[in-house]
Amino acid sequence: MSAKSQTSPGRSPLIEVRNLKKYYPVRGGLLRRKVADVKAVDDVSFAIYPGETLGLVGESGCGKTTVSKTMLRLEEATAGHIFFEGEDVLAADAAGMKNLRRNMQIVFQDPYSSLDPRLPVGESIAEALVVHGIGDPQERFERVLAVLRKVGLEDYHATRYPHQFSGGQRQRIGIARALILDPKFIVLDEPVSALDVSIQAQVLNLLSDLQQELGLTYLFVAHNLAVVEHISHRVAVMYLGRVAEIAPRKALFKKPLHPYTQALMSAVPKKHPAEKKERILLTGDVPSPLNPPTGCRFHPRCPVARMGHCDVEEPQLRQLEPEHWVACHYAEDFI
Amino acid sequence: MAVQSPPVASVEQVQDYRNNSLLFLTFRRLFRQRNAQVGMLILGFLVLVAIFAPALAPYDPDQSLIGVESIDKRAGPCIHLLGCPADQPEHYMGVDGNVRDQYSRIIYGTRVSLFIGFSTIGLAVIFGTIIGAVSGYAGGWVDNIIMRIMDVILAFPSFLLAIAIITVLGRGLQNALYAIAIVNVPVFARLVRSSVMSLKELDFVTASRSLGASPLRILFIRILPNAIPTLIVQATLSIGGAILEAAALSFLGLGAQPPLAEWGTMLGTERNQVFTSPHLVFFPGIAIMVTVLAFNLLGDGFRDAMDPRLAQLAKS
Amino acid sequence: MSTKKTTTQPLLDVQNLKTYFYTDDGVLTAVDGVDFQVAPRQVFGLVGESGCGKSVTSLSLMRLVDTPGKIVDGQVLLQGENLLDKTPAEMTKVRGSQISMIFQQPKSSLNPVFTIGDQIVEVFKIHETISEKDARQQAVELLRRVGIPDPERKAQAYPHELSGGQAQRVMIAMALALKPRLLIADEPTTALDATIQAQILDLMQDLRDTTDTAVILITHDLGVIAELADRVAVMYAGKIVEEGDTTALFDKPLHPYTQGLMGSIPVLGDTKERLEVIPGNVPSLINLQPGCRFASRCGARVEHNLEICTQVEPDLIEFDAGHKVRCWLYQEHAGHTPPLKAFADKKDRK
Repeated sequence: MSAKSQTSPGRSPLIEVRNLKKYYPVRGGLLRRKVADVKAVDDVSFAIYPGETLGLVGESGCGKTTVSKTMLRLEEATAGHIFFEGEDVLAADAAGMKNLRRNMQIVFQDPYSSLDPRLPVGESIAEALVVHGIGDPQERFERVLAVLRKVGLEDYHATRYPHQFSGGQRQRIGIARALILDPKFIVLDEPVSALDVSIQAQVLNLLSDLQQELGLTYLFVAHNLAVVEHISHRVAVMYLGRVAEIAPRKALFKKPLHPYTQALMSAVPKKHPAEKKERILLTGDVPSPLNPPTGCRFHPRCPVARMGHCDVEEPQLRQLEPEHWVACHYAEDFI
Repeated sequence: MAVQSPPVASVEQVQDYRNNSLLFLTFRRLFRQRNAQVGMLILGFLVLVAIFAPALAPYDPDQSLIGVESIDKRAGPCIHLLGCPADQPEHYMGVDGNVRDQYSRIIYGTRVSLFIGFSTIGLAVIFGTIIGAVSGYAGGWVDNIIMRIMDVILAFPSFLLAIAIITVLGRGLQNALYAIAIVNVPVFARLVRSSVMSLKELDFVTASRSLGASPLRILFIRILPNAIPTLIVQATLSIGGAILEAAALSFLGLGAQPPLAEWGTMLGTERNQVFTSPHLVFFPGIAIMVTVLAFNLLGDGFRDAMDPRLAQLAKS
Repeated sequence: MSTKKTTTQPLLDVQNLKTYFYTDDGVLTAVDGVDFQVAPRQVFGLVGESGCGKSVTSLSLMRLVDTPGKIVDGQVLLQGENLLDKTPAEMTKVRGSQISMIFQQPKSSLNPVFTIGDQIVEVFKIHETISEKDARQQAVELLRRVGIPDPERKAQAYPHELSGGQAQRVMIAMALALKPRLLIADEPTTALDATIQAQILDLMQDLRDTTDTAVILITHDLGVIAELADRVAVMYAGKIVEEGDTTALFDKPLHPYTQGLMGSIPVLGDTKERLEVIPGNVPSLINLQPGCRFASRCGARVEHNLEICTQVEPDLIEFDAGHKVRCWLYQEHAGHTPPLKAFADKKDRK
């Protein structure tokens, strides 16, 4: 697959991930030699355009969080390229990386571990300014207050400690910390999955508002399809370290072309007890990325897999409809 | 970015917020705990005794009273209020084999024991923290080598190791202090290492990295301060142990040397008089016990005060 | 199982259950006067957000509340017998044989040093006199029943060899081993991946239709309730605020909190620009303000300008047949006329 072909003509991406691989060595034996690799991310490519939200969905172990962490170099990639406005993030030296980090930020899943319990949240938010040597204490403090107001908190919150906040408020603080350097791009790593539903809605609305107001670009990593559908412009579905399908939101949710996406969508519980729902029940569990199935990685659980083909040849992402890419040999059957 | 300019509070205006910090809350819980209260009470008392020893002690602790007073050696306690004849000199805890006032020696011994406890564990905490932090943060072969050395030290019975170290360094209180400190280093190294290893995986540390913070900043500003609470618990509990070890070394004649008023030495020199003059063994023994107990109670109190379970319950 | 209500005596009758936690900061009223009934073979859903008291309620039924928590009032009648009066020894017998429980984290609920076969056999041996061979046979049968492939071999497996979904199946097998009257399922699918959750929901639907066990299903996920529950109670801040048959409750949620909850969930295939939001946060259950616990976040209270909400706590009243709600929009009080009675009636006729 040529990754480049995935970018659409006329638009230039803010971020482009090309053939990204992240392997974790498995060591064994007396000498702790490498005996195998866990292929957490195996040849993943996609692009994110300015001002849009790319949703990245998949079940646990599919590699979605690893992708997001390698993009910010919180994990070192094994191979591949990540271009941020044309500059290769993976090739940047320490100084270049520090510069890049002003434009790329992350919001974490767990609002309870993402803030230093020892510090008033204002100081946690201000850390980025201190690290980058921006402003004097008074200026920093004013910027912290400004960003707190932006995420719907109040001035006096700056001097409170994390344990004095609820989960939703802490997530707002995490967003404030990500915003303080005025970044262009923010990775949202399951930002609402630890929150209660009523709070989840508040945070999702806040994220939408901030995107519109500040022209932010998001990578929204989540396992909840409904949430991803709500917030994303385009969606990529991952399975076992690979992208199974990538398409604009409407196309993907209206007409999923990969059997895995279809199963994932049918697995969402119904919204009303009277609703009749045809469910595609997948058999078995997700195989280990240590020893992924041959051919198409989904074939052992796939309801339409054909032996002799799907278990031998690995399908590549193909564009079947405008901007709708699928990695399935038989995706045409679903059009 | 929307320009807003409502009245902005200044940095100075909000300096009084520290009384909501976790450390403050921990101490508030600590002060409410019965164990810790008793421990702190005893410890506060001991510290006062140590500070005001010259005022409290009626005699010079090292001064023999031979020729000064007409009193037998190893004479028992004499307290006038309790009916001791008024013509005899008053000695609350009797006198020892060299005819020194035992009560004064016990009081001055408080200074020695507290000094031993804080200095040995202080040294152990400093070196243990550095070693553990490097080991835990670096990981890999650095960690492997450091921790195997610590394992070797831990594999020795600590008291035997202390004796071995003194054999090399020579006897004396100062060398005994070094020996006890060295023996305690691995305890803190391991503790700090495991705290660092678990803390460095937490999101707020990753967040610091994603902001571009340097490894040193992360280690010293983000990680280590959060390891302090567990360190305090272990240090408090270890002080009691260190005082005991020092007393034991002195008892064997390897630590504090006469005439220094040290409880272990006092026990050791008079150990053969257990049946004839029990007061000479009883009072130093009690003093050691009370001091160690105070530190242990306080350490347990700290542990309970930092137990996150109560906070967890409020969440569920 | 059909959702038809039976007029027979309820299997479980919880009355005025109160469980408080005595913390350093004050008394936390985690469960504060909860009443509900579960009919035989019914799936009763208990839904709410974290801190609403749903899990503490279930632990109270099992008498598994640890210090500083304490059941301070109420009755838990299982077939007429008050479980709160039983001695600890009697209670041990009730657990497992009459009421059993499955948890959110199946892997930490299994003992890592025994095979899963041994653990199921153990359940039989504790409560019944049964030969080793029969017990083992029944264990394999149970594993087959909950959809474990190749159960004879899997019975020899240790918990770490199972995936999360399989571990939850094993937990369900153990919970059902003694054919209990009541199964308490506390967030049984929350920790599982979407496709595995679908498998477990499918299994639970199958078991609901084929066993005599009634289920209390505790979850934060209204979708899981829609899939499984016959009847549902919505909890907020330690109280039940609405209770009704599942279809009725989804058709016409009465309580502003239930309505807000339903509006705030993104629904697959139904994208809207903005989600409805319940403003604010759940109140602290220590030092509660007087009046309705939802008042501070309630849009309806502002809309109808109700003052009573912040003064007097409403009761859980039956508004429609079998549909109860705790809200001043529907309840009369001296000097207070409920504004929404007529509105709801109109909606009924439609």
